[in-house]
Order: sequence, then structure tokens, then C-alpha cells
Amino acid sequence: MTPRTLVIIPALNEEDALPGVLADLAAVCPDLDVLVVDDGSRDRTAEVARAAGVLVAPLPYNLGIGGALRTGFRYALRAGYERAVQFDADGQHDPSEIAKLLALLDDGADMAIGSRFAGETNDYRVGLVRRRAMRLLHFTVRMLSGRNFSDTSSGFRAFNRDTLVLFATTYPVDYMDSVEALLLAVYGGLRVAEVPIQMRDRVAGVASNRNFKLIYHYLRLFVVLISSASRRGRHTPEAS
Amino acid sequence: MTALTTIATGMPPRAHLLVGIVTVSSLLFIMRLVRRRQLRAKYSLLWLSVGVGITLLAIGPSILDTVSRRLGIDYPPATFLLLAVTFLFLVAVHFSWELSRLEDRNRALAEEVALLRMAVGPPHAPASDEPDAHRV
Repeated sequence: MTPRTLVIIPALNEEDALPGVLADLAAVCPDLDVLVVDDGSRDRTAEVARAAGVLVAPLPYNLGIGGALRTGFRYALRAGYERAVQFDADGQHDPSEIAKLLALLDDGADMAIGSRFAGETNDYRVGLVRRRAMRLLHFTVRMLSGRNFSDTSSGFRAFNRDTLVLFATTYPVDYMDSVEALLLAVYGGLRVAEVPIQMRDRVAGVASNRNFKLIYHYLRLFVVLISSASRRGRHTPEAS
Repeated sequence: MTALTTIATGMPPRAHLLVGIVTVSSLLFIMRLVRRRQLRAKYSLLWLSVGVGITLLAIGPSILDTVSRRLGIDYPPATFLLLAVTFLFLVAVHFSWELSRLEDRNRALAEEVALLRMAVGPPHAPASDEPDAHRV
């Protein structure tokens, strides 16, 4: 029997892209349940998702992607799911790649990351500022975790129950949550694995980062990362 | 006025009067907030003790001179500034801590609200889509 899996989609003002994304998901992975966490959208994101027949958890106001994800993790645990997949609402992620992530969990990983930079067949393009920032992040995470992840900020991930238990309470709510979450998982003694994935171009919506805010956010992130590193080992998942 | 000037060694009467007015009105303001229960008990206690402290200083500024001499500070107003800055710094840090804690709780609440809203269903489900709607 395949483990029950929930696809968690944090969505902020994605009424244009979401229907296509949900239709794709339903066509490619019909046996997966889908939860859209509406992160305080001002458009019809929640209605559009309901019309597609998926679960919708509407946050009363915007919490940021970390808060939306944590809501999804909590629901997954309460509803008894054994696995969860983090998936983008803007159509950048390809549903057919979910199987690769789940295969990593089958092989014993606690957390699987879809990497945009691993492997050779890669055509994911980012701007110069973001590229530099990502390289810096990559270096920082390597220093703090002692491991070499090719993609520290990918939002295409899968988690097993141990990881969900850890993240349902401690998932970081600050900007660039995915980087800190990666460190949390490593420090929590979880097995983290990467698999190369292809990204699509975003269908609609605007990328949530702007260059001029980047420096502030990175400074903030470094404070968070360093403090997270100094808490090392305090968060351990419940033994199962 | 003579009584006031004798107590207030070294402070001109007009300045002393000003200090007195400011002190009394801030004390009254704090007490008003406390009486209307607009301050939690822990904060009212904090600010009331500050008010009492300032009142004592206003009645007898020589206290400050004595304290300064004991601490080895030549210039008494510097003692006052040092104490004030230290106190305000600690208060600001405490408030940041309290705000962070409140924000954490707020977030957790918002997440719970989202899950509850999901369980309850959309606010106004169209009646035509609900075959069971007429049974109520």
C-alpha cells in the first residue's frame, strides 16, 4: 500500500495560475490529496481552488510562505498523512517530478529536495543578483551544515512523517524559510536527499522577491541562520 | 514658596515648579490608565514605581546628589541620565521580547483559524449546489 500523501500548495494571489496547476496535478497524480493554503489572498484564489475540488485552508491574513506551509504541515499530521509534498502555486513545478521526490522517501530519506542545479540538463535561469545571493547562501549552508546541497532554497520538497512532526511546530516563519528549514532538518538528524528536477516558466503571478529588498532579507537570514546553528541539536524529532 | 525653596536645595523655584507639574501630571496619567484597566497589572506596577521614584526626586532633588556622591559621579544629572537610559533600554528590550512572543501566538492562532475555516467550509455555499439544504 502506498503511504497517504498530501500535496501542500501555499498560494498568495494566484487565481490565474492555480486552476491550471490543480488540473495538471489531478491529471498526473490523481491519487494524491491536495491542500491549498490561501495565504490571505486578495483575489479569488480560495474560490478558484474550491472550484477545483481540493482542500482549501484560508488564512485570515498574510503570514508569509513559512506560516502557510506550517499550516499545511499541521493539517497533514492531524489528518494522519504519512507524507507531504511542498508544491508551488505559480506553475513552476512539474507534477510529474513529484514521483522522483517520493521515490527518495521510499529509499529512506526523511526529506527530499527537488534541485534546480543538480544534474547536467539544467536550463533554470536566474538574474545576476539572485545568482550571487544563491551562491552565497550555498556557501553559508555548506559551512553551517557541513553538507553540500546544490539547491538550498528550492521550494519543491517532500517530507515524511518524522520531518512533518519537526516542522509542524518549528518550521521557520521568516523570509527564505526553505534555507533555515534545511538546516533544521540536518541538525535534527534527519536524512536529507536531493534529486535533479526541471523547472517550468511561471505561468502567472509575480516572483515574491525583489532585488532591492534582497540585501535586507539576506542580512536578516544570516542572523536567523547563525542563531539556528547555535541552537544545534535542541530540536530533535520524536523517536518513532 | 519658601518651604519649597528650602527643600529644593540648588534648584531655582520656577524650575522646581515645572518639574513638579510634569511629575504630578504623569503620575495622574498613569493612575488614570490603571484605574481604567488599560494597563495590565505588571505594567501598571512598573510605571507606578517609576512615577513614585520621579516624585521622590522632585520633592527632594538632593537625593540625586547623595546617590551621585556614593556612586562617585561628579555631575548629578549624569546619574539621572544613566539611570533613565538604562531603564528605558531594558524596557525596550523587554517589549521587543513580548512583541515577538505575541506575534508567535498570533501566527499560531491564524493557522488554527485557517484549519477551522477549512473544517467549517466556505462562508456562503450557494444553496442550489446543496441538495440537502432544504432538509434544514
